[in-house]
Amino acid sequence: MNPFNERKYIFIGLVLLIALTYTIRLFYVQVIDDRYKLDARNQAFRYVTDYPPRGFVYDRNGKLLVYNQIAYDLMVTPKQAKNIDTVLFCKLLGITQDSYIRKMKIAKSAPNSPIKASIFEKQMTAETYAALQEKLYKFKGFFVQTRTIRKYPDRIGAHLLGYIGEVDKDITEKNPYYHDGDYIGVNGIEKTYEEYLRGKKGTRIVMVDVHNATKGSFQNGKYDTASIPGQYLTTGLDEEIQALGEQLMVNKRGGIVAIDPTTGEIICAISSPTYDPNLLVGRERSHNYGMLFSDTVGVPLYNRALMGYYPPGSTFKLINGLIGQQEHVLFPETRYPCARGYPVMGGKPGCHAHASPLDLQQAVTQSCNSYFCFTFRSIIDQKKFSTTEEGYRIWRNYVLSFGIGRKINSDLPHELKGMVPTPEYYDKYFGHGQWKSSTIVSLSIGQGELLITPLQMANIMCIMANRGYYYVPHILRSVGEKKQIVHDWSQKNYTLIEKKYFDIMVDGMEQVVQAGTGRIAKYDDTTHICGKTGTAQNPHGENHSVFVAFAPKDHPKIAIAVVVENAGYGAEVAAPIASLLIEKYLTRKIKRADLEKKMIEKDIIHGAYKIRKERKN
Amino acid sequence: MRRPETTSIFSNIDWITVLVFLGMLALGWGNIYSAVYDEDHPVILDMTQKYGKQLLWIGGALLIAFIILIIDAEFHPTFAWIIYGVSMVSLIAVRFLGREVAGSKSWFRFGDFGVQPAEFAKFAVCLALAKYLSDINIKMSDMKTRLRAFGIILLPTLLIFLEKETGCAIILLILILVLYREGLPGYLLLLSLAMAFLFFVAVVFPPLRLVYFCASLALLIFFLAKKKLRNFIFIGAGLVLATGIIFGAKPAFEHFPEHQKKRINVFLGIETDKKDKAWNENESIIAIGSGGFSGKGYLQGTQTKYDFVPAAETDFIFCTVGEEWGFLGSTFIVCLFAFLIIRIILLAERQRSSFSRIYGYGVASILLFHVLVNIGMTIRLVPVIGIPLPFFSYGGSSLWAFTILLFIFIKLDSQRLMILR
Repeated sequence: MNPFNERKYIFIGLVLLIALTYTIRLFYVQVIDDRYKLDARNQAFRYVTDYPPRGFVYDRNGKLLVYNQIAYDLMVTPKQAKNIDTVLFCKLLGITQDSYIRKMKIAKSAPNSPIKASIFEKQMTAETYAALQEKLYKFKGFFVQTRTIRKYPDRIGAHLLGYIGEVDKDITEKNPYYHDGDYIGVNGIEKTYEEYLRGKKGTRIVMVDVHNATKGSFQNGKYDTASIPGQYLTTGLDEEIQALGEQLMVNKRGGIVAIDPTTGEIICAISSPTYDPNLLVGRERSHNYGMLFSDTVGVPLYNRALMGYYPPGSTFKLINGLIGQQEHVLFPETRYPCARGYPVMGGKPGCHAHASPLDLQQAVTQSCNSYFCFTFRSIIDQKKFSTTEEGYRIWRNYVLSFGIGRKINSDLPHELKGMVPTPEYYDKYFGHGQWKSSTIVSLSIGQGELLITPLQMANIMCIMANRGYYYVPHILRSVGEKKQIVHDWSQKNYTLIEKKYFDIMVDGMEQVVQAGTGRIAKYDDTTHICGKTGTAQNPHGENHSVFVAFAPKDHPKIAIAVVVENAGYGAEVAAPIASLLIEKYLTRKIKRADLEKKMIEKDIIHGAYKIRKERKN
Repeated sequence: MRRPETTSIFSNIDWITVLVFLGMLALGWGNIYSAVYDEDHPVILDMTQKYGKQLLWIGGALLIAFIILIIDAEFHPTFAWIIYGVSMVSLIAVRFLGREVAGSKSWFRFGDFGVQPAEFAKFAVCLALAKYLSDINIKMSDMKTRLRAFGIILLPTLLIFLEKETGCAIILLILILVLYREGLPGYLLLLSLAMAFLFFVAVVFPPLRLVYFCASLALLIFFLAKKKLRNFIFIGAGLVLATGIIFGAKPAFEHFPEHQKKRINVFLGIETDKKDKAWNENESIIAIGSGGFSGKGYLQGTQTKYDFVPAAETDFIFCTVGEEWGFLGSTFIVCLFAFLIIRIILLAERQRSSFSRIYGYGVASILLFHVLVNIGMTIRLVPVIGIPLPFFSYGGSSLWAFTILLFIFIKLDSQRLMILR
């Protein structure tokens, strides 16, 4: 027997000890510690984003307003881009060697990285793509990613439709859905309905080897998620009206908003000067944006329909007439004198020549300043109020109920509040208790500190058309094929004025077009347009021409507000434009071709049209 | 004594070991196929691919196994010294006639095929050691015997080290375990291990501080031990040896091939080069760790198949096992090797001849060290030393060398009843 026989147990023990140690270590590495699984994924998986096509936008009649065009982004992973025939490459791409070096440098430096694919050339044309595609195999590290860019077939509605732009760091940090290089709606409908339009990005897991060459999908795409295309939107816009409105506003500054009073759907919203929405698309976007941004004269990026502050002028008399009736200080038969102005304050504010005294309906028709000064003061200075301020507060509450001085909360971004001064505002200006109804009497005729937007003016017309209420104005009708209603706009928003007081005002408005200051707006005998002219005084220059209307008188279908800056009388430019739009909307054609031509050709911006200096109507 | 059956060369063969051997070849090939697998080359017999070539190597290995089984067992002790001599000559010759591969001249080239003499040195040394120690007049307690046995091991170790095949060279040192089994005192084994450990520590720590530490340790042992001159000499000699290793470690380390130095540096934490040599280690543990409990499934590995793990079909073949078969599969392989090695130890213990027993322990020790280092380096328990996993890794030389190593023992074992050496 071998004397060292016992030592075999040490050997066997050693083998078992090693096996046990390794098993424990393997258990730790493979079962307990998850770190390596993550590392493996990061190395061997590439998560490729599948960009869905963005949803189209249609008008109320099914006409296409926005669709997509395919764009080709040339991507590069700098580390893989070796032995590139730069001469051929630059020739195909139409760039210089210097710009190749510069672009490569950008692709290599933060936030890009030499081992990460980033955009080398944005949105190549189809021709460039076709030429490059054949030779692409020669350029290692380069590949083409297709994307969609927006296209606007009619070149209209730039402000309404908005545009899309690349997300910035702010967005990517707040919202995990977005990553660098993604696009997001920046303005207009694109912004408001981003979530419906964008669809949902999909992800494909692609396996790569150590050289970053793709090796096919992971487990036959079991863990891939398909992208969901964006849904299309049907809007309440009328493409023809929008187009006509933009045409009519050529060479003029101002805003037009038309609303369907029975639903609150915005039929058109025009801001002039406007721009071709196709400018803010694709690789020329930032250049064009800069160009539009630097146009400080026309300010084309400024959406006057929603943001333009204008004194409502005489159109505001309607509201004072209604408040007076509701407060029982004004009755249809109430008559006030006029002496080419408000006699109590020595003929200020002034008025034009007309018969006197007038009753309420006549005062609306003739747009008598004096009449509404009396009305306004009788509201504020009622005996039941102990101070002017108290009376003013009551009056102001009525005004606010018309959707002025606050946001109406439409579905368009950047809507502004307008301005109805608070008592505190006057306290600050005149001193507490230092102002009387006479101090602020210009509010009675829509002047003074009062400022409202065209959208709010059009909304007031909806209130008149509906005799007392409005639906919140909005662009969206439905989403997707199923015509899904994603927001309930059917709630009626009542003013503080009872319905019965509206009839007399509406009659007055009817007479404005039939026989008053807005006669030019009448286009045939059967359709009764109810309107009100306004000539808003403007401390910076010529008066703004304002016209608000709805039609027909019974069962109204359209409410409209037109503001043309520095164009003088309401009846001169705003009323004909509003009238043409109403005619087109209600009859689908325009009989008064000469008037249409005249209005289109009217150039107010370039001084070709010199406005007569007159007092307001 | 039972009457020996001489009717068949396959009688008395330990079929369990043979089955484990065949099973490992099959599993090894399957994993090589997966590691190299490419949708473009799905044909198994594609000779342009490594799995195709490996089939040739396996065929060769089976032929070699058969040849060894038909050669009489008496051949091996008889020709042990000649085989050892030829092996040493080839180790020297390769330095002059060999083809340089990756900085080391250790391969003979015959057309497309290469032979690495270092691989075949393993069984040669085992045979020589068995032959020397099984001599009836040899006693392990003699200092002369110890030194000669060490010499048999150290000669090829040095030759291979000079070829800059550090990994292969270190393997042979494990044969000190065989000496232990044959009676080398335990403290000498521990001392050897301590010296080896000291070598690596000396690469990291300042030498003077280590010398102080060793001196204090020696002093402590001196006071605890019996006050005999013999002990005093031993402790003094140990201290001198330790000091030599401490100061010799750095220069010796500098002689290591560049990639080896870097691997050891990374393992010892001196360097943290994630992109370069540590790459191997990080990638291998990522591959294994990502396998999880039950693995990603056969041919579903990403880290090994897509070349994140370099040499996934050779030295890092265990990564494929770990990634595709998970904890279950890799534990199975670990247990399979443990089973094989213990089986060989038990077989060695039942030998009547010392030659067979000593040779068997040689086989077991070499297999154990290969498995310990190869699997250990993939899971970061051992520095990366480029040695193959027996029967699994791609490559002809190592497969044939292991086959020869194992089957000589199987043959010796099958004739254990006939011969009393």
